Amino acid sequence: MRVGDVIAEQAFELSRDSLVRYAGASGDFNAIHYRDDVAVSVGLPGVLAHGMLTMGLAVQPVVDWLGDRGWVSDYQVRFTRPVLVDATDDAIVTVVAKVGVVEEGTARIDLTVMFGGETVLGRAQVRVTFA
Amino acid sequence: MNPELQGRVFAPVPSYLVGREKVREFARAVRATSPLNYDLAVASAAGYSDVVAPPTFAVVVQEATLAQLLAEPDAGIDFSRVVHGEQRFSYTRPIVAGDELTATLAVTSIKSLGGHSMITAESSIVDATGAHVVTAISTLVVRGEE
Repeated sequence: MRVGDVIAEQAFELSRDSLVRYAGASGDFNAIHYRDDVAVSVGLPGVLAHGMLTMGLAVQPVVDWLGDRGWVSDYQVRFTRPVLVDATDDAIVTVVAKVGVVEEGTARIDLTVMFGGETVLGRAQVRVTFA
Repeated sequence: MNPELQGRVFAPVPSYLVGREKVREFARAVRATSPLNYDLAVASAAGYSDVVAPPTFAVVVQEATLAQLLAEPDAGIDFSRVVHGEQRFSYTRPIVAGDELTATLAVTSIKSLGGHSMITAESSIVDATGAHVVTAISTLVVRGEE
C-alpha cells in the first residue's frame, strides 16, 4: 500500500426509497429529505439526500477493502454541496478512495465523492487502524 | 446565536441501548455489505461480542444531544436556518450491538462568518463502564437573516 494508490471505487444509486429507508434507520425525519413541497418552501431546489447518508455510504468501500484486517477509527467530512434526488430518476454518487498517508499500524484514506460532476464532500478523510 | 454557549457542557442524555436489528437496519440503509455488520458468527470470529455498527452509526446516539442543544432556551438557534457543515467521528473502539451508550454534549466553538454563525458541538459517548467509545463532532451553520 502506497500513497496515491486507489484502493476502491464504487457508484451508489440513490432513489427516494433510499432516503426514506435512511430516515427510518437513522431517526432523521426532516421532511426536506422526502417532500418536494417542503424542500421548495425552504428555498431548496428539491428533495436532498441526508448529508449523513452520503457520509455513511461513502466510507463503505473502505470498510469492504479493510475487511477484518482493521477498523475505522476516525472519519470526517465537510458537506459542500447537496445531492438532489429526483422523484423518479436515481441520483448517482461516486466514491474514489485513495491512500493519503501511511503510518505504523494506521493509514489515512482520502475520499473523492461526486454527484453530477461536482464534489459533494470536502476533506473526506478516513483513518483506518490495522488490527 | 448566544455567544455565551461556548464552553457549555450539557447534562448527559438518557442512555441508548444498541440493538442488533437496529445495527443491521442502519447497515442496510448506508449500503454496508461487510458481514461484520450482519453476521454474529463472523463478528464473533473477528473478536467482537456482537455485530459491529457502521462507522457513522454514532450519529443515532448523538442525535439526542443535538436536539438538546437546539432546544436550549437561551441558545437562540433557529432550526429552520441550520445546515450541517461538518461531521467527524473519533473512535476508541467500534460500537457493537449490546452497548449501552451515554452521550454528553459540550459546545466547543462559536464563530461568526459573514452574517452566518458556526457552532461546533462535541458529543462524548461512553459505554456502561464509563469507558470512552466515540466522540461525535458536528459543526452546524446557522444562516443569517436575508
